[in-house]
Amino acid sequence: MAHKISILIVDDEESVRDSLFNWFREDGFVVECAEDAQKALSILESRNFDIILADIRMPGMDGLEMQRRIKALNKDSIIIIMTAFASVESAVRALKDGAFDYITKPFDPDDLSHLIRNATKQISLEAENEALKEKVISLENIDDVIGNSKAVIKVLKEVETVAKSSSSVIITGESGTGKELIAKAIPSNSKRKYFPLVSVHCGALTESLLESELFGHEKGAFTGAMYTRKGRFEMADGGTIFLDEISTISPKMQVELLRVLETKSFVRVGGNKEVSSDFRIICATNKDLMKMVKKGTFREDLYYRLNVVNITVPPLRDRKEDIPLLVDYFIKKYCTSMSRNLVTIEAPALKRLEEYDYPGNVRELENMIERAIVVGDQKEIRIRDLPFEKNAAVSSVESLDDMEKVHIQQILTKYSWNISRSAKALHVDRMTLYNKIKKYDLKSPL
Amino acid sequence: MSLITPTILLINYGDFEKNFLQAIARDVDQEFHLPVSVEEGTTDLEPYFDSIRRQYNANGILKSMDSDSPSRYLKQLGLFRVDLFIPILTYIFGQALLNGPSGIASLYRLRNEVYGMAKDEDVLRERFTKVVIHELGHAFGLVHCHHPACVMRSSTYVEDIDQKSRHFCSQCRITLEKVLP
Repeated sequence: MAHKISILIVDDEESVRDSLFNWFREDGFVVECAEDAQKALSILESRNFDIILADIRMPGMDGLEMQRRIKALNKDSIIIIMTAFASVESAVRALKDGAFDYITKPFDPDDLSHLIRNATKQISLEAENEALKEKVISLENIDDVIGNSKAVIKVLKEVETVAKSSSSVIITGESGTGKELIAKAIPSNSKRKYFPLVSVHCGALTESLLESELFGHEKGAFTGAMYTRKGRFEMADGGTIFLDEISTISPKMQVELLRVLETKSFVRVGGNKEVSSDFRIICATNKDLMKMVKKGTFREDLYYRLNVVNITVPPLRDRKEDIPLLVDYFIKKYCTSMSRNLVTIEAPALKRLEEYDYPGNVRELENMIERAIVVGDQKEIRIRDLPFEKNAAVSSVESLDDMEKVHIQQILTKYSWNISRSAKALHVDRMTLYNKIKKYDLKSPL
Repeated sequence: MSLITPTILLINYGDFEKNFLQAIARDVDQEFHLPVSVEEGTTDLEPYFDSIRRQYNANGILKSMDSDSPSRYLKQLGLFRVDLFIPILTYIFGQALLNGPSGIASLYRLRNEVYGMAKDEDVLRERFTKVVIHELGHAFGLVHCHHPACVMRSSTYVEDIDQKSRHFCSQCRITLEKVLP
């Protein structure tokens, strides 16, 4: 059902309030009236209105002061100021303070209709922009999940099936396997795809920050909270919220989260107004949540509510046949982003990549390719451009001095024995580097 | 016990000719599929006259109609010839509360002569019929409609009235049928 535009009329004259109330109701708007600024502000504390139509001259707090206070509560409010001819100057001041427009009493019916039409258009444009922005930022295609191994195809089939429903999903897998990519592929293939996909990395935030991030906060909820802020659950209305590293949330947040999942409503930090949101939740973790439930560190009821569908992303060592495709994908990705010609990879280098076990999974492979493109000869990735040989060299030394010597040698080679650049890379001054070169008897190849 | 007749009443407060009102009553009957009665009415409009604006306050007139002895009719609409306003708007063609018992409509600003054009009785009757049906639509709970030809489309200029038909669109018709007896 389409959202009905709501209008709050603030005027001390009853006849004006009644006339506008009836006029807007005939147009199908949701209308409420307040006889003064105080009453209006108290109404606005408990619910939001799309448009506020306020008289500039009222006993007590005037329309301009009220506008400032409303803007402090919600800077996006659309406020239209009503004025008599005598107070047009004040109306201009109201415009400078952020009023959407002003209208002089008594209005021509067509002017009023036109003004409200413009405000309504503005509201729908803002909503559409937000949705489009989120779409551009977050839309991920299932084609971004690279691989044609049985393991990947199984995951993609699960994504396709689960995308059709709105059930909660937990994506498990080792670090670096691409859980976030899978999480993004689910909503982008579902009916929620034109609505926001909001991601939260739970592990990166403290408990209080996470609470404010998820539920939003009211102005003044804590030091520095100068404006009311929408939380991630509110932003995900109609769409999907992705909670990464769900295993890291505190027991208190587990309780809060369970309540939100059960009611689909919550209260902003420092507020008392219930906010509802229609979201789908997808979580990811590299931990065994069932083990955590048994140990008592993760709530069992929350686990079952989140774990309606489970998708396990396999580690790269279990799908080595995908490595050539992934290498090709990352070469294209990084050569394009660095504005370079596409490079190839020599057979021994690819073979070496296929033999490796990747404890850091796809992320580790991606980093290797990015590095090889940076340090390589810009035509072909060779085995020497990969970190394996250097690891071998490092592992053959035992003392700290030997290790330091090898490392300084590598940096000097990398920067063609440019002392200033090498010293900068090593975070030492030039004199220290000269002393080390002398100490280890390092020689320039030239 | 209320004895409401399922009839729409048009009250002639504007000294309109009988034939003129009978024609409008027929059109209203066709749209609402309800019997329509026409009665002569008398009211003192002096208390509702604003000498500064030189117009009549529609809110006051409507209130006085509602406060008169309860109507025996399903809905009643007062027909006037005077220039109507509500405090916040420069003029109105008519007024009725959503789901209210009464409404009013005036012919004053529907006349071609007000806009410097030649008098046209047929156009005038057609416009007045549309305003009457529109206000009765509000009294039956209909809100403004975006369908360009629907009689419930909002009309702020007389030209807007000419653009629409005197009929309800299919959607408004469905809504109306649900509330008609």
